[in-house]
Amino acid sequence: MPQSAEKILDHKDLFKEPEYQAMLEKKRATYENATPAEKVAEVEDWTKSWDYREKNLARSCVTINPAKACQPLGAVFAAAGYDSTMSFVHGSQGCVAYYRSHLARHFKEPSSAVSSSMTEDAAVFGGLNNMIEGLANTYALYSPKMIAVSTTCMAEVIGDDLNSFIIKSKEKESVPADFPVPFAHTPAFVGSHVDGYDNMQKGILSTFWKDAPRTAGEGINIIPGFDGYAVGNIRELKRMLGVMGVEATILSDVSDVYDTPSDGEFRMYAGGTTQDEIKAALNAKATISLQEYCSRKTLAFAEEVGQQTAAFHYPMGVQATDELLMKLSELTGKEIPEQLRLERGRLIDAMADSQAYLHGKTYAIYGDPDFVYAMARFVMETGGEPKHCLATNGGKDWEEKMKALLASSPFGEGCQVWAGKDLWHLRSILATEPADLLIGNSYGKYLERDCNVPLIRLTFPIFDRHHHHRFPTFGYQGALNVLVKLLDTIFDKLDTESDISFDLTR
Amino acid sequence: MAKDIADSAEANLKLIEEVLAAYPDKAKKKRAKHLAVAQPLTEAEPGIQSKCDTVKSNIKSVPGVMTIRGCAYAGSKGVVWGPVKDMLHISHGPVGCGHYSWSQRRNYYTGTTGVDSFVTMQVTTDFQENDIVFGGDKKLEKSIDELNELFPLNKGISIQSECPIGLIGDDIEAVSKKKMKDIDKRIVPVRCEGFRGVSQSLGHHIANDMIRDWVLEAGEGARAGYVAGEYDVNIIGDYNIGGDAWSSRILLEEIGLNVIAQWSGDATIAEIERAPAAKLNLIHCYRSMSYICRHMEEKHGVPWMEYNFFGPSQIAASLRAIAAKFDAKIQANAEAVIAKYQPLVDAVNAKYKPRLEGKKVMLYVGGLRPRHVVDAYHDLGMEIVGTGYEFAHNDDYKRTGHYIKEGTLIYDDVSGYELEKFVEAIRPDLVGSGIKEKYNTQKMGIPFRQMHSWDYSGPYHGYDGYAIFARDMDLAINNPVWGMFDAPWKKSA
Repeated sequence: MPQSAEKILDHKDLFKEPEYQAMLEKKRATYENATPAEKVAEVEDWTKSWDYREKNLARSCVTINPAKACQPLGAVFAAAGYDSTMSFVHGSQGCVAYYRSHLARHFKEPSSAVSSSMTEDAAVFGGLNNMIEGLANTYALYSPKMIAVSTTCMAEVIGDDLNSFIIKSKEKESVPADFPVPFAHTPAFVGSHVDGYDNMQKGILSTFWKDAPRTAGEGINIIPGFDGYAVGNIRELKRMLGVMGVEATILSDVSDVYDTPSDGEFRMYAGGTTQDEIKAALNAKATISLQEYCSRKTLAFAEEVGQQTAAFHYPMGVQATDELLMKLSELTGKEIPEQLRLERGRLIDAMADSQAYLHGKTYAIYGDPDFVYAMARFVMETGGEPKHCLATNGGKDWEEKMKALLASSPFGEGCQVWAGKDLWHLRSILATEPADLLIGNSYGKYLERDCNVPLIRLTFPIFDRHHHHRFPTFGYQGALNVLVKLLDTIFDKLDTESDISFDLTR
Repeated sequence: MAKDIADSAEANLKLIEEVLAAYPDKAKKKRAKHLAVAQPLTEAEPGIQSKCDTVKSNIKSVPGVMTIRGCAYAGSKGVVWGPVKDMLHISHGPVGCGHYSWSQRRNYYTGTTGVDSFVTMQVTTDFQENDIVFGGDKKLEKSIDELNELFPLNKGISIQSECPIGLIGDDIEAVSKKKMKDIDKRIVPVRCEGFRGVSQSLGHHIANDMIRDWVLEAGEGARAGYVAGEYDVNIIGDYNIGGDAWSSRILLEEIGLNVIAQWSGDATIAEIERAPAAKLNLIHCYRSMSYICRHMEEKHGVPWMEYNFFGPSQIAASLRAIAAKFDAKIQANAEAVIAKYQPLVDAVNAKYKPRLEGKKVMLYVGGLRPRHVVDAYHDLGMEIVGTGYEFAHNDDYKRTGHYIKEGTLIYDDVSGYELEKFVEAIRPDLVGSGIKEKYNTQKMGIPFRQMHSWDYSGPYHGYDGYAIFARDMDLAINNPVWGMFDAPWKKSA
């Protein structure tokens, strides 16, 4: 009997005990009709061959292990960054349970959103009644200052019209007539979570900006984009802005709501951009987006109202941060202060100290389009060589941008860009053309296991490691965190693989 | 004691009234039917402590209230089909459903992932606008071909329909029939669109029906030629979360039974095909798989019985009840196994009971655990002060009375608002629920364990699991972090 009260074994050790091993072997041999082990090994080898890779890359219909989620997740995330805003997702209720779980598992925080709980009858008659009743309940129970409505694919397929539904709900006094109910159609069969983020941002801004008079001022708006590191990153962004003396409005600031303290109180809402700030943001001189692919429609709308716009690809690393600061300086006329130059110098110092370990390391990088762009760029700044850059939700234009970036550095030579491919494609790619390191999210752990490539978790979602998102990856300080993660993995690998050269000092 | 019960019943009824006060009238009327306290029995019945089926259940959730429930797809793909390890399960439709449910239920299995086993993979037809407009049948057909080429050792493919499938009129049954002939493997179409029914529950039912129609009654498969032994049984409704089915199976084998199929944790399709040959179906999760047990009883003459492998009292009672269906040899074995594990139980209780005795627990889980785990807590000297189900039916609430004392707070399909208010008012020592409830509760300073995923621990079934369960409840409640919530300069004198 393997179990004892003194030393309690859980799943990790329990099933390695001989009693369980014997039981599992018997099950496999007697009842499973399992494929013989030799055949399994043979097929496993084949899955790592060039022949398999060609068949795998030729897939045109089925998607396996995609690195993307659907639009409403992004919409819920964007809405969470506004003061006391409840997401109301119109459609089937299971979806909302999924978004909430997904966000809670990453941030290790509560995630609040409601559903209009549509079922068969709503599929036939439309979901108007669900919206009328649902908005009234949400308003009464959760006392939001704003309810942000998005859609599941069910509501999209049956063609529910949010605008008219919300007007009718207000006529029925579900919420007061002047209560803000911004909305965004977020079909799951178009784009991905980054588009849902964009659509909801546009929906919220339109609610307050459309038809409102604009007096052009000097303010700056910043759209952070969908970002698993938003807690650390938005705080770091605000710190940099503070050091520069730039007063900017963050449009969707989730840094507090996804990082509330444990002090006895559950805060359903915390922090976030206020409605006064949204209204005032109309007068801003410019709206800049830190992630272009999360904000194309929103930036177009900002231009429509008369603002200047600029878009970046995730300000991580040296040049990406330089560019952001210089743009802010250009727009505001404020100098980049000495303090930030010193921080930059310290980052460069760290990179110089460690360059011998970083130079020439090869990487496979996957994630959202803006992240992959930034990550590849920073890797090249360290002397590393991206070998594979993959974004399941990246399109043709992303691919071209990536190629231009890679062409800008000798370290980008030979890197392949995989737009629209999934992580099962990446498995074949890594098995045939390996890289030293893999950068991605928790789903990369299967690739780490199958292809024996160390995984560095640097993007959403991270379920199996805790608290990384509390530390920034934006800016010079953030780059330092990223640098240390790369180095730790490199050094751990070196130690694991060393015998004679198990050096104390590296 | 009786006074205590009356007091708690009264306090709980008052609490329900207070919580309902926040609702608009229409929703208040609906929600009132789902909240109650366990009632005294009108007539004493042996083994039954209270009447819990006074709440309404299995009814549509009220829109806009933050129900914790999922959908039919979650019930079919997430629960019933997803764990069948040697089949590929296509999340048919847009990318989200498969993505959010990817590897989240911890259905442990042996095998080589991506080669002969596929549980922790996300396979989807990733619908685009064109597929909605023109239909997805062609894409599905081609997807099946691609999967069969890339995963030649697969033993079949299931099609888990997402919302759009049923709305755009795709004929996944026709595709299945056609492709079954083409690739000569089982293909199972499941119409588990998320808008069907009111919760995960209908998804379980539909998934069961598809096992019936497209597996058991569609040909004998591995059952052909199998000569059943007199001790052949099936484990039904155990999804092997954290290895639960394994720490159950080991006990059944120890008492001399042969488990010929595990449904569906660590299952292969051959096990499912062979199951109707067994002498007895042992069902753990009644809610999700009673349908197929009834079918096997009617069609194949396999009797079934419920059992409960949470906590030593229920394990011993269940082992005896199971053994009673067999001969004296098995009965003697069961006694020997119970005796064998008694020292472990005693040692676990000696270690943890003093640390947990008298602690109050509130539960809110799926369709089985809100009652099945109750006696495991009782074995540790803990007390259940509230319980409720996401997707139970009336027969589940009826069974809840076997475990729950009168006066206990009962909540069906609880809303986020209600649960928060109940927890705030009762301030239990532990809440056992899901990921969506975990962090909210912990912020309030109340220890929490996820009781769907075992909070990434487990197994909790069987004697080996009980030790882990006891350890986990202790570490949750007795961690020093709960004493540090107040800043010392803010502490009242």
